[in-house]
Amino acid sequence: MGKLKTDANIDDADGFMAELLALHDGRSKAESDAINARLILILANHIGDRAVLSEALRTAGMARDD
Amino acid sequence: MTAIFETPLYPYARSPDQDALDPVRHPVVVVGAGPVGLAAAIDLAQQGVPVVVLDDNDKVSFGSRAICFSKRTLDILDRLGCGDAAAGKGVQWDTGKVFFGDRRVFEFNLLPEEGHKRPAFLNLQQYHLETYLVDRVRALAAEGRPIEIRGRNHVSALGVYEDFVRLEVDTPEGPYNLDAQWLIACDGANSSIRRMTGQDFIGRAFEDSFLIADVAMEADFPSERWFWFDPPFNRGRSALLHKQPDGIFRIDLQLGRGIDPEEEVKPERVTARLRQMLGARTRFALDWVSIYTFQCRRMDRFVNGRVIFAGDAAHQVSPFGARGANSGFQDVDNLCWKLKLVLDGAAPPALIESYNWERVFAADENILNSTRSTEFITPKSETSRAFRDAVLHLAERRKFARRLVNSGRLSTPSVYEDGPLNGPDDDALPLRNAPGAPACDAPTGDGWLLDRLGGGFRLLAIGTEVPERLEEDGIEVVTLALRADADPRLAKRYLGGAAQAVYLIRPDQHVAARWTGYDEDAVRAALRVATGQGG
Repeated sequence: MGKLKTDANIDDADGFMAELLALHDGRSKAESDAINARLILILANHIGDRAVLSEALRTAGMARDD
Repeated sequence: MTAIFETPLYPYARSPDQDALDPVRHPVVVVGAGPVGLAAAIDLAQQGVPVVVLDDNDKVSFGSRAICFSKRTLDILDRLGCGDAAAGKGVQWDTGKVFFGDRRVFEFNLLPEEGHKRPAFLNLQQYHLETYLVDRVRALAAEGRPIEIRGRNHVSALGVYEDFVRLEVDTPEGPYNLDAQWLIACDGANSSIRRMTGQDFIGRAFEDSFLIADVAMEADFPSERWFWFDPPFNRGRSALLHKQPDGIFRIDLQLGRGIDPEEEVKPERVTARLRQMLGARTRFALDWVSIYTFQCRRMDRFVNGRVIFAGDAAHQVSPFGARGANSGFQDVDNLCWKLKLVLDGAAPPALIESYNWERVFAADENILNSTRSTEFITPKSETSRAFRDAVLHLAERRKFARRLVNSGRLSTPSVYEDGPLNGPDDDALPLRNAPGAPACDAPTGDGWLLDRLGGGFRLLAIGTEVPERLEEDGIEVVTLALRADADPRLAKRYLGGAAQAVYLIRPDQHVAARWTGYDEDAVRAALRVATGQGG
């Protein structure tokens, strides 16, 4: 088991999801893709820890989450 | 274009070898009189090893080709007696600027540290450098050193035996044979020696084509490396600008995939593209134009019995990062002292195997870096482009993203970490000069450290007393003793917090072992390891 937090860690989970989706309201696919790419980079830098990042990448890349 | 490309620099001349009844045997034959082959020959001749260079041509290479020479290459050229000629002519630079679209995103300084004899990079046309190297060959020959270049000597066949190589050589006056105890193949990316030995050259090819143009113009671009992602004059692609001597600028323009190289290389076509970049008012003339696609690949082994491969013959990278010619110089820097010791019987042939280990390690590092740069510059999917553009978008204002921008990780010498020749380390001493690392230059209060080290094994003693010289089985170690307070930059780079230090340094100026106190037995043991006699 790694260091990646997979238990609930976001306060106001519904609020966060609403804010994330609102960021994409009215955007084209290309704009949204660009925003998502920037968001991933910003969050990745905030995390910093290479082991956590690798684990997150692996987790995101799994075809089925099991 | 000037007469330099038309005048034979080492014209064909008949060698007595061509009239010998039996093939004449030479200790070392170098195939290829490009920068890497010439550097190998000079290095060997300076150490008294007789060397013959064969080249199928008799002139400098056409066009400016390699232009970016790293500090490590300049340090090596100093040891080979060509550093001042190169530095006197070349354009020094250490600042790079990165643009995205029509905005300048950020700039970087490659050597933000003073106290080095040579700059981070020097731009110089390959033909100028080859001319200086040939001049040096001539000077050594005039001093009676055993070195010669044979122009228009084309190797047509190879017989590989256990302890020598037999070459069949074509000349304007017909073929002859000669033997080499060791053959160094420096005959470039399309190496015919590699083909004749049946060795594979495996790796990746990139699909994007690039236009490489040398342009003569009066323009006030500073001596900096400018890299554009998605510039207005080459939408969706990249561009690179470098300044060379003689008012020549190197321009690389990414053309994309599936282009017609014969169409793109036409002068009117190239001029139209450059007009977009340079503006309607800039006057310029084309000096040299070429279309490239890039490969990142290497041979499985660089040592194949008595045939040793160096430079592009052994490994090839994309140009972002200037890791081609620069790594070739480091190859022969690594090889020649080892060959000398093996030829003298002072070290076992196993020492040559360490060339394979260390330079394959370095080639892998160069290939990794060049591949990553090429992938950043030429994104292979919409998503990779989205991430690339996101990095560039953020880099203008967010510092963290600047480290993710990859327009080329510029050549720095490999540190042979855990290399087979490394001896003991003392981690009280600064990491940058740990065993396996090239010794870092520093002022000594009386000249530059690397100049004072020169070639040969050295015991660098700082702030402590050691014997002036030492010999172990025919290998001499000469001491360079410096005071701990000779220069604060020397102390910072070699002592750190320690009061004294002893470094064993190889003839290629890489650190072999180091201690915070002198112990003769330990130095002798490390010397045996550094010459392939350990363990």
